[in-house]
Amino acid sequence: MKLVIFAGPPTCGKTTVIRQVIRRMLKKEYKPSFVKIDVLYADEDETINKEFGIPTKKIYSGELCPDHCNVVVLDEIVDWARNQGSDYLFVETAGLCLRCSPYIENSLGVVVLESTSGMNLPRKIGPMLTLADIAVITKIDLISQAEREVFRYRVIEAAKEIRIVESNALYGIGIDPIVKQIEKSNEIEEPMFLRGNPPVGTCTICAGKKEIGAKNHFGVLRTMEQELFYVGE
Amino acid sequence: MDIRKITVFGGIGKNGEPENVERFDLKMGDIISIVGPTGCGKTTLINDIELFANCNTPSKRKVLINDETIPEDFSFDPKEHPIALISQYTNFLSDLPVGEFLKIHATVRGAENIEQIIAETLEFANQLTGEAIIRNTAMTELSGGQTRSLLIADAVIIGNSPIILLDEIENAGINRTKALELLKNYKKIFVFVTHDPRIALLSDFRIVMKSGSMQKLIRTNQEETLAAGELKKIDDIVLHFRGLIRAGEEISELVLRESIQSLAK
Ligand SMILES: Nc1nc2c(ncn2[C@@H]2O[C@H](COP(=O)(O)OP(=O)(O)OP(=O)(O)O)[C@@H](O)[C@H]2O)c(=O)[nH]1
Ligand SMILES: Nc1ncnc2c1ncn2[C@@H]1O[C@H](COP(=O)(O)OP(=O)(O)OP(=O)(O)O)[C@@H](O)[C@H]1O
Ligand SMILES: [Mg+2]
Ligand SMILES: [Mg+2]
Ligand SMILES: [Zn+2]
Repeated sequence: MKLVIFAGPPTCGKTTVIRQVIRRMLKKEYKPSFVKIDVLYADEDETINKEFGIPTKKIYSGELCPDHCNVVVLDEIVDWARNQGSDYLFVETAGLCLRCSPYIENSLGVVVLESTSGMNLPRKIGPMLTLADIAVITKIDLISQAEREVFRYRVIEAAKEIRIVESNALYGIGIDPIVKQIEKSNEIEEPMFLRGNPPVGTCTICAGKKEIGAKNHFGVLRTMEQELFYVGE
Repeated sequence: MDIRKITVFGGIGKNGEPENVERFDLKMGDIISIVGPTGCGKTTLINDIELFANCNTPSKRKVLINDETIPEDFSFDPKEHPIALISQYTNFLSDLPVGEFLKIHATVRGAENIEQIIAETLEFANQLTGEAIIRNTAMTELSGGQTRSLLIADAVIIGNSPIILLDEIENAGINRTKALELLKNYKKIFVFVTHDPRIALLSDFRIVMKSGSMQKLIRTNQEETLAAGELKKIDDIVLHFRGLIRAGEEISELVLRESIQSLAK
């Protein structure tokens, strides 16, 4: 199975991009499933399930940052998707904490940025951008070409190696190249590891433990089904 | 990139039916217009051209450069992008000061003498605006007309692209006559989306659109060129009076009647 993690600030167009991608994946007869990780509210699992009839799930991270939550539950999510018979797993995370990033080794990391968000955004969002493989710049229909070029430059300035895709996600423009990269990505390898270095902190994730799965961590943890439990002294 | 020719193949309209105009070609030096009622798909057509559509947009159109398609996931280095698009939008979202923005854009476009290019761009823009654009103003503070003037100047001078697509240049009260005069100094392909008969008749040909579909291609013939000359006189009168009103003058019926009578001679 292949894993694609979509991150990006609220309302940047993640779900719109994912819906366009899913539409194309289904045409190619793949079997994707979809998971949304959000803090308090999300309805993408219902809307996407209704629209495409594919397996979907949502996970509330509550007091944790969604990217931390991702680290703790992703191994279970992968098992769930495998049991659904999926060959691709798409995870949308709300990415609110700008210190860490949700991307995993041997998976595709996609950051979604809206071109309307101001020229300083690429400088503000740290590892969510710099550790991603692809940056999808959405809402290009709403700004001038000149601004688009300057925004793109600011993205490359922050993440030199990143592949850029400009998209009007509402009309599906610029989606095909994303699908191509998804098809080319690696199969996941277990145990999974977080990319890059987590920020300095006191919790096990913040302290730098990159192994995925609750069994590798201490403190207040959770399962995919939202059950909280505590491991430690 | 050395552009000799752009070809646009028709796709489908909003109703899913194939377009009447199956293809048209643009050669260096051509000026064309796209006309039709509000919402008929004019902007969509020039967006397709700018994106080098390859049957992958809702209209299913296809665009070739020098008889070749551009690969789907090919993203242009902006230095190489042969098309400058000036969109209908009359506001910037960028929080940068004008000078800073132009500096970055000139860098992105690979300009050499950046300071000089910024000065030239502002000078070009300020010939089209009522009140001059100041270098330290934030982009978001510019008026609609100032924004469009700056976008046109930026596309021509910083973009330096061989193909320029302009969406409704006549909007936002910029000096359109001056803009056309300045643009004529550059040998490029110009595509004007327009509601303005004067611009439409100055084109080599015009595409008439309806319900998202290219209906007709009309070449400007000799008779239309003559008519365009007459239309220009009427237009000049209207523009003259617009200038007077803008300057706070009062209009007398007599002066207006005299101007109209002088037309008849
Ligand atoms: N004009 C335009 N609107 C877009 C584009 N992409 C997304 N939108 C709109 O932007 C809004 C937010 O899009 P979503 O896809 O829900 O954004 P999101 O990132 O999933 O948002 P959250 O999950 O709530 O963080 C919606 O109204 C979309 O229709 C685009 O390319 N162009
Ligand atoms: N060939 C097409 N197929 C499907 N939808 C289309 C097509 N052409 C245009 N549309 C849709 O029609 C709507 C209006 O199109 P557009 O904005 O291009 O019109 P316009 O002529 O530029 O209008 P205006 O004069 O108001 O600027 C858009 O939502 C666009 O996506
Ligand atoms: Mg969403
Ligand atoms: Mg339009
Ligand atoms: Zn975090």
